[in-house]
Amino acid sequence: MDAESRAWVDGLTASGPDHDDAVARLHALMLRMSRTEASRRTGWHGIRGPELDDLAQQAADDATVSILRKVRSFRGESRFTTWACAFAIHEVAGKFGRHAWRRDGVRLDEGSWDDVPERLGVGPESVAESRDLLAALRSAVETQLTPHQRTVFVALVVDGIALDVLVAELGSNRNAIYKTMFDARRKLRLHLETHGYLDRSERP
Amino acid sequence: MTTESPLGRFLRTDPRDVGCDEAWDLIHVYAELVAAGVDPEQRFPGVTAHLASCGPCADDFSGLLHGLQAISGPSPEGLTDS
Repeated sequence: MDAESRAWVDGLTASGPDHDDAVARLHALMLRMSRTEASRRTGWHGIRGPELDDLAQQAADDATVSILRKVRSFRGESRFTTWACAFAIHEVAGKFGRHAWRRDGVRLDEGSWDDVPERLGVGPESVAESRDLLAALRSAVETQLTPHQRTVFVALVVDGIALDVLVAELGSNRNAIYKTMFDARRKLRLHLETHGYLDRSERP
Repeated sequence: MTTESPLGRFLRTDPRDVGCDEAWDLIHVYAELVAAGVDPEQRFPGVTAHLASCGPCADDFSGLLHGLQAISGPSPEGLTDS
């Protein structure tokens, strides 16, 4: 572990004034990182101005608490500040998703399959030739997926709901939703290959 | 060699993909490799595969690199003596 990282760990695991000083410095770092990240996300779901700074503040507070809880598990594989800043990014992302969900809610099953080609990057010139494939995909979503996989797939792909907002709506976490979507994509691809809509040789 | 359709690409999954939690557990090491100009895929193929497929994690990773760059250099928040 490099000397600066060791100093951080020693300070944060100390007691008394050294600990308090280290925590204050950590919180200042988390606030700087959270504000930088929140600024980068300005405008996401219309979040800007004072609510943006509130979210950054909350993210810095929670990141600091998380780091204090886990600091003894830091093994020095990177600089301490790099490890710590990842907590701030993680908190900002979660705060943005939950804030958008609380403020705007989500409207499941209100999207249109007509929007799917554009959402998946199918250019207007290719929509016609993709029509059969899209129809087969829509059918496979209805017949091949579990109810939970279908809910997640439709919410993300048809309704266009941001993953972190869906996480809040379903009371889940990003990893679980991603895994559900991963399994759904794999299942759909296999089905479409089996029925000749996608080339098996296209698989990695 | 045929060009795969966007839909086909979207449905393609990479078995090396480690998922969000494991990728984020390693992201601090991965980020320093990237910042140092080292290709991280050799050491962390599962993280690379995940970032190629998960938009939110890829965006968070961009934010981490951006933020680390923004806070680099002498900083009043830096803890150099303790």
